[in-house]
Amino acid sequence: MKKIDSNITWQDITPGGNIYTAGNAKEFKTGSWRSVKPVYISEKCTQCGLCFPVCPDDAIPVNKDQKREDFDYDACKGCGVCAKVCPFKAIEMKEN
Amino acid sequence: MKIRERLSGNEAAATAMRQINPDVVAAFPITPSTEIPQYFSSFVSNGKVDTEFVAVESEHSAMSACIGAEAAGARAMTATSANGMSLMWEMLYIASSLRLPIVMSLVNRAVSGPLNIHNDHSDAMGARDSGWIQIFSENNQEVYDNLLMAHRIAENKKVLLPVMICQDGFITSHAIENIEIEDDETVKKFVGEYHPEHYLLNDKEPIAIGPLDLQAYLFEHKRQQAQAMVEAKQVILDVAKDFEKLTGRKYGFIEEYKMEDAEIAVICMNSTAGTAKHTVNNLREKGIKAGVIKVRVFRPFPAETIANAIKNLKAVAILDKADGLNAVGGPLFTDVTSGMLINGVHVPAISYIYGIGGRDTTEEDITEVFTNLEEIVKTGKVDRPYRYLGVRGEK
Repeated sequence: MKKIDSNITWQDITPGGNIYTAGNAKEFKTGSWRSVKPVYISEKCTQCGLCFPVCPDDAIPVNKDQKREDFDYDACKGCGVCAKVCPFKAIEMKEN
Repeated sequence: MKIRERLSGNEAAATAMRQINPDVVAAFPITPSTEIPQYFSSFVSNGKVDTEFVAVESEHSAMSACIGAEAAGARAMTATSANGMSLMWEMLYIASSLRLPIVMSLVNRAVSGPLNIHNDHSDAMGARDSGWIQIFSENNQEVYDNLLMAHRIAENKKVLLPVMICQDGFITSHAIENIEIEDDETVKKFVGEYHPEHYLLNDKEPIAIGPLDLQAYLFEHKRQQAQAMVEAKQVILDVAKDFEKLTGRKYGFIEEYKMEDAEIAVICMNSTAGTAKHTVNNLREKGIKAGVIKVRVFRPFPAETIANAIKNLKAVAILDKADGLNAVGGPLFTDVTSGMLINGVHVPAISYIYGIGGRDTTEEDITEVFTNLEEIVKTGKVDRPYRYLGVRGEK
């Protein structure tokens, strides 16, 4: 399968838009949809672990020590669910 | 081995489906196609087929189930009519754009309203730009034959488009005619097994079907679909050639009847072709050089073939069993005339809307069309190209 991007011709694109591989959602930059973005304020964060399970786009990376890191803005659509669940105001929604 | 039978059009369709023995049939009853799933479900109950019969709750679900089955890698079929197909509308486009070779029996009926359950072609004509291959059948034999050819066309790698096999509601669907069918083994061998290249149940290749397709991609997919429809033309002819070798019955895009020396002709589809041929036989006895062109394959549209077939005529009438409601003429008329223009053929042409809502179309009606064509030849004038046949109040 040829890499499908906005240069692909109709002769090379897969029929019906089929994707013949798995685990490639990360190649789709849903971050470009965002109009507001969450900003991570690490000083206020207690690493309570409430934010990353509610993220619909897996845009809050968690490291080996089970600690969250800064947002993956390629994936974050700016839905704001994480800011709502944070009890410590460690996530603020700001204009993109 | 050939078997002489007598079957209605719906029985012929159900018999073809039994012999094809698809993996899945999902259908919802609607007049006049109801008998097809009814007969087929009895084949399932009696163990004549090993098909999974899905008794769905609507036609939208029927087409959705067929789409799911085909995407999974199965061969799926359905049957419907008129408003049933209207309810499938959204899914018709999903089926063709996802390139799923579903085969549907469409028993043509007027799309309401006001409410009508009888034959015209408004259902099929409404779906003419939905990306489905559309093949029309004059009689029960053609219903059977067209269905046997359908999967080989639809599943061809160059095509991968769904196919609808049309027949006239009640006129052929409920009329019992003599028919020649092939034995089960012969059909099985002709239709062949379905081995899709990519399918959801293939655990060696996890795939996604029907993903989001925005501004950067949908145009390319539509262009690809358009190409598949172009490629389908040769595939339809190739499959017909193989079918002829097997059965002796010959099919093309169109059937030309007494066209060699014809000066005037009608172009029509489905069962009306039979009435028109009969009329032409009688007119020929009176020395009138009349002919008939029956359009068998409507999508892809054989514009060049039709233009060539009529280029030597002095006048032609195109009979539509569905009104275009476009202030121009019927859908077959507008396709034929634009095909004439781009192929450099100029013949005086008129559109006749006829048979709407199951209105009978008789030999007298077709004779009237030929009489009017003779008048056009005599005067060289087409004053009203958009005409009606058999509606009260029309001069």
